[in-house]
Amino acid sequence: MYTFPNKLRIFAITLMVVGFLGLTYGFLTAPHSVEEAKAMVADAHGDGHGNEHSAAPAEAHATTDAHATEDHAAASQESAHDDASHDEHLYHQLSNKPWAALYVAAFFFFMISLGVLAFYAIQRAAQAGWSPVLYRVMEGITAYLLPGGLIVIVILALSGFHFNHLFIWMDPEVVAHDPLIAGKTGFLNLPFFMIRAFIFLTGWSLYRYFSRKFSLAQDEATDISNHKKNFRISAAFLVFYIVTESIMSWDWVMSIDPHWFSTLFGWYVFASMFVTGITVIALVTIYLKSKGYLEFVNDSHIHDLGKFMFGISIFWTYLWFSQFMLIWYSNIPEEVTYFITRIEDYNLPFFGMLVMNFIFPILVLMNSDYKRINYFIVMAGIVIVLGHYMDVFNMIMPSAVGDQWFIGVAEIGGFLFFLGLFLFIVFTELTKAPLLAKGDPYMGESERFHY
Amino acid sequence: MSDQVVHALYDDDDVLLSAVKTIRAEKHEIDEVYTPFPVHGLDKALGLADTRIAIMAFIYGCIGLAVAITMMNFIMIEDWPQNIGGKPSFSYLENMPAFVPIMFEMTVFFAAHLMVITFYMRSKLWPFKKAENPNPLTTDDKFLVAITVHDNEKALTSLLKKSGAIDITVVEKSE
Repeated sequence: MYTFPNKLRIFAITLMVVGFLGLTYGFLTAPHSVEEAKAMVADAHGDGHGNEHSAAPAEAHATTDAHATEDHAAASQESAHDDASHDEHLYHQLSNKPWAALYVAAFFFFMISLGVLAFYAIQRAAQAGWSPVLYRVMEGITAYLLPGGLIVIVILALSGFHFNHLFIWMDPEVVAHDPLIAGKTGFLNLPFFMIRAFIFLTGWSLYRYFSRKFSLAQDEATDISNHKKNFRISAAFLVFYIVTESIMSWDWVMSIDPHWFSTLFGWYVFASMFVTGITVIALVTIYLKSKGYLEFVNDSHIHDLGKFMFGISIFWTYLWFSQFMLIWYSNIPEEVTYFITRIEDYNLPFFGMLVMNFIFPILVLMNSDYKRINYFIVMAGIVIVLGHYMDVFNMIMPSAVGDQWFIGVAEIGGFLFFLGLFLFIVFTELTKAPLLAKGDPYMGESERFHY
Repeated sequence: MSDQVVHALYDDDDVLLSAVKTIRAEKHEIDEVYTPFPVHGLDKALGLADTRIAIMAFIYGCIGLAVAITMMNFIMIEDWPQNIGGKPSFSYLENMPAFVPIMFEMTVFFAAHLMVITFYMRSKLWPFKKAENPNPLTTDDKFLVAITVHDNEKALTSLLKKSGAIDITVVEKSE
């Protein structure tokens, strides 16, 4: 049995406290009126930090000049009509900022556990022979699904009750003046939205609950009936998952930008959560191994996780590029604004994420031998995890705060808070059962697995 | 130099693998092993050096990428500038997204084809070449280990018999 080391527990609690303070600071310093917001932006331009901030867009102009000027024309047409309400808009963006920081981090860590749950279900449904030694690690990580999901749903509900304006379609005032959103109210309305969110989380949590129950029951069982039940519910869950995950990503992420849509968005978010989830499995496994647990996990298992990290990183890039290229090529104004905002206002995070999520992992993990070396997996893993945080950041921030983004106290605080909570819940769950799911019929194969 | 070779036939890849290990443990030099399919772990058991084809694959891929970039730059930008999706900016970098599929395909194409050609050259395979394998059964379901005899025929055959060979023949070397 694994015991939660005190050091790690204190570390997780410290992260939560520090993160909580950071978030509180973010909320306290958010402007409470239009005047305050104006004053804040004027201040920021006065001091040195303003220069730093404008460095990224300047770079953008240098590298994408002709393209950018063309984009400018499109963008300025858009911005012309809301010029009158500019200050009001700025105030909304700044007051959204701490909420968006909270939401990005909450969604990101929730997404990790959902990605791991999908990976786990695939192993179960495929009756994989290599991975049963990692089942308990995966089950530990999916323990975060329910609390993490509840936090996300609470934030969504708070948005529905107008504590923040992350989802502008939730504001009846906006919908009344916006025929495009008005046409979508059949789907994008608060009651249906919350019912969907509730159904999704219930479905995922039920699968998680029963598969964990059968997995624990299999440990002491004399036959493999629990294993078979797990196989069946996993196959059924995967069908439920791919439908609900897609709708979830439209609801919880894409609808922040209610005018814009992409038909492969569900896949894109899936790729992101899948690669992050696999990476976190590898990181937790290597951590536990370094502490002398999981002695039955050998470097061939790490190698396979490394292959998945490598492969799904490329898969993510493929989807990212498929989405980007079609929109870039067709250049339809209502679609292309999505990428123009990101390239102009978010140049560094937007292209930086591509380096972190594609170029770095592909170069580091390409060599077969490196995938067996823990150091390389950890290094690539940390970059992938941070890169996909940036991915979620890029999905949510541009529509929530516009060009007023900054990775400051609130953003880092949000990340640290949920990281602490994630570690705390995951490692608490790991103590509740033996780290070897010894009853699994494929355990022998998995323990002897070698490449 | 002896001009006799022992051919030991096996009918199971696991038996073959353990036989190869015992033969090498007894300090006999294995000339070659003929198998109908790649046997997992045989290269390690034989003590073969790691393949370097992965390094070549990477280099070939880079060549393919470079060829694609040069080619598209010449065709679409320099020689006959093209209007790409309503973006006639006459710059490779700004039209790069349109070229990514080609860059990707050429990378894969070069890596795959040159890798196969390299493999054939390294394995000394070419069209109409006379087959080297001494026993046609090795193209079906049997495994053959070839060992040159150095005045130790008796010891060798008894070792091979013990290791699970189903048939042992001593033949003159063909050249």
